[in-house]
Amino acid sequence: MKLFRIRGGIHPEYRKEMTAGKAIEPLPMPALLHLPLQQHIGAPAVPVVAAGDRVRKGQLLARARGEISAPVHASTSGRIVDILPFAAPHPSGLAQPTILLEPDGLDEWTDLPPPLDPFSVPREEIARRVAECGVVGMGGGTFPSAVKLDLGRKFPIDVLVINGAECEPYLTCDDRLMRECTAEVVDGVRIMARALGVERIVIAIEKNKPEALAAMAAESAAFAEVEVVPLPTRYPMGSERHLVTALTGRETPARKLTADIGVVVHNIATARAVHHAVRLGRPLISRVVTVSGRAVREQKNLDVRLGTLVSQLIEHCGGLVEPPVHYLSGGPMMGQAMPGREVPVVKGTSGILALTAAEAHERDTMPCIRCGSCVTACPCGLVPVEMAQMIRHEKLDAAARIGLLDCLNCGSCAYVCPAHIPLVQYFNYGKGRLAALQRDRRKQEMTKRLAEQRAERVERLDRERKAKMAAAKKAAAEKQEGGA
Amino acid sequence: MLIAIGSLTLLGALLGAVLGVAARYLRVEGNPIEAEVEALLPGSQCGQCGFAGCKPAAAALVKGEAPPTLCPPGGRAVAMAIAEKLGVSVSFGDQEELEPEVAFVNEDLCIGCTRCLKECSTDAIVGAAKQIHTVIAEVCHACGKCAKVCPTDCIEMRAVPATLATWHWKKPRVKVAS
Repeated sequence: MKLFRIRGGIHPEYRKEMTAGKAIEPLPMPALLHLPLQQHIGAPAVPVVAAGDRVRKGQLLARARGEISAPVHASTSGRIVDILPFAAPHPSGLAQPTILLEPDGLDEWTDLPPPLDPFSVPREEIARRVAECGVVGMGGGTFPSAVKLDLGRKFPIDVLVINGAECEPYLTCDDRLMRECTAEVVDGVRIMARALGVERIVIAIEKNKPEALAAMAAESAAFAEVEVVPLPTRYPMGSERHLVTALTGRETPARKLTADIGVVVHNIATARAVHHAVRLGRPLISRVVTVSGRAVREQKNLDVRLGTLVSQLIEHCGGLVEPPVHYLSGGPMMGQAMPGREVPVVKGTSGILALTAAEAHERDTMPCIRCGSCVTACPCGLVPVEMAQMIRHEKLDAAARIGLLDCLNCGSCAYVCPAHIPLVQYFNYGKGRLAALQRDRRKQEMTKRLAEQRAERVERLDRERKAKMAAAKKAAAEKQEGGA
Repeated sequence: MLIAIGSLTLLGALLGAVLGVAARYLRVEGNPIEAEVEALLPGSQCGQCGFAGCKPAAAALVKGEAPPTLCPPGGRAVAMAIAEKLGVSVSFGDQEELEPEVAFVNEDLCIGCTRCLKECSTDAIVGAAKQIHTVIAEVCHACGKCAKVCPTDCIEMRAVPATLATWHWKKPRVKVAS
């Protein structure tokens, strides 16, 4: 298949060899599970259980609220201890409502919904089941998958792309899934294609995963509609937009979806979760997590129940060899710093990295020498140096005009910057600040409207009262006159 | 040479005359900037800026007698909008940005006098006589007028806690290596 060139990008040291050869290992049952109500993009789930309830594995604990949301299910059987605020796996470390589940060790399943035959039921049925099972994008985006499987009704979709690029350094969870659960992944992929009503499936895998490529090609050889495509190894090949450009030559317009150009992209782990949901009726209650970084004694790929604390994963990997400078959730390029080890694994946690100082390689910032490396590296064709300068001087609107909101946060610019300018941090601040200002402005408009409405009402009531008084006065005067 | 001087003089005189006439007949009543600035302000007439309402505050802003940061309920968004409109620079100093606040009714102390809800310019307080009042947090813009009239001092302004939806990264503090 002909591939198209993508702009920019980098070739970081991949460091995948630490875990690529390690088979997926199940993590022993933890003593307590912490299940946050929001593990997805959209509205948080609403709990349907209370403290003291006994639940079984796979039972619904919190239901989705609204269209863009996802339910949360019990990762094992046990007792609900409480629902209380607990630290989220988020750089802020802010607490969010979390269900505490104490496992009873029996690990018995609840009555699952019946298996569906994806190729005979109506297409909407698949999306409905996927929504019911709480499947979200497991590459880290955590967007509810059912919504994306329903896009076929709104947009003319002709290709389903399965993203097996796994371009982030360190991470090998998708690689291992493709090698060990090949049949499940390929079946999930075909179910998704059926839900979308597309005839063509492209499974794209970077060339640095030859075993996964071979396994997937062998498994999908029986299906004419599935094509496995080796991708050149380059970061950020796994970015949805860039992947679509590389495969189809079509460019996604700014702030539009890939569905606008007829392509839907799903992740490898999501495909497997869809297979479990449709064929077995199993909700999303566990995921594969790569635990890596040189601060960990033994790097591993673990099959983890959602809600397990990161500290337990690290303990299972033999603990730490030295105190890490950062704990990251996800890869080193786009992963989020975590406030510590006592945060739960959620649906979007693809990796847990404990990086040593030598690995993180942080250095002091030097003045910009205007070398333009960041401009060359930017896969979106932006000018990072200009944007950072504007944000530094609080010229956020100007930064937005030259494309701040089109930035992916991929970090290629900061990676190549010889002056170690924290470009991504500037962009994070700029985007957050713009969103906050937007919220303020909306509130301001509402306040203004309410104040105007009130002023008008007060005036009207005053006028009516005066008119009434005048009328009463007049009536009284007439009466008096009549009487006299 | 003479033709050049003559034609330019004529041109100058003509255009000058046109401008003079325009200044007389197309004169604008009042200062339009004042109305524009007033439109940027919240319009709740809370008086926290020290002026009697948003109109006098706008007048003072245009005359340069008040800083663009004068409006506490408007916060940073309004300050920046005003500064842009007036073409002045705005400095927030080193102080951390004003935390957004919201009024809170202490239900143990509320006697249901309805004074605060009569005062509220955005109808953010619900209640009735001899019923406990409460604040609709999304609508409250923290002007503080309710707290001033409360006879039992049961209304306080509380900071709105950051949530995962509103939190964002701080600006990086760069220490440049020498």
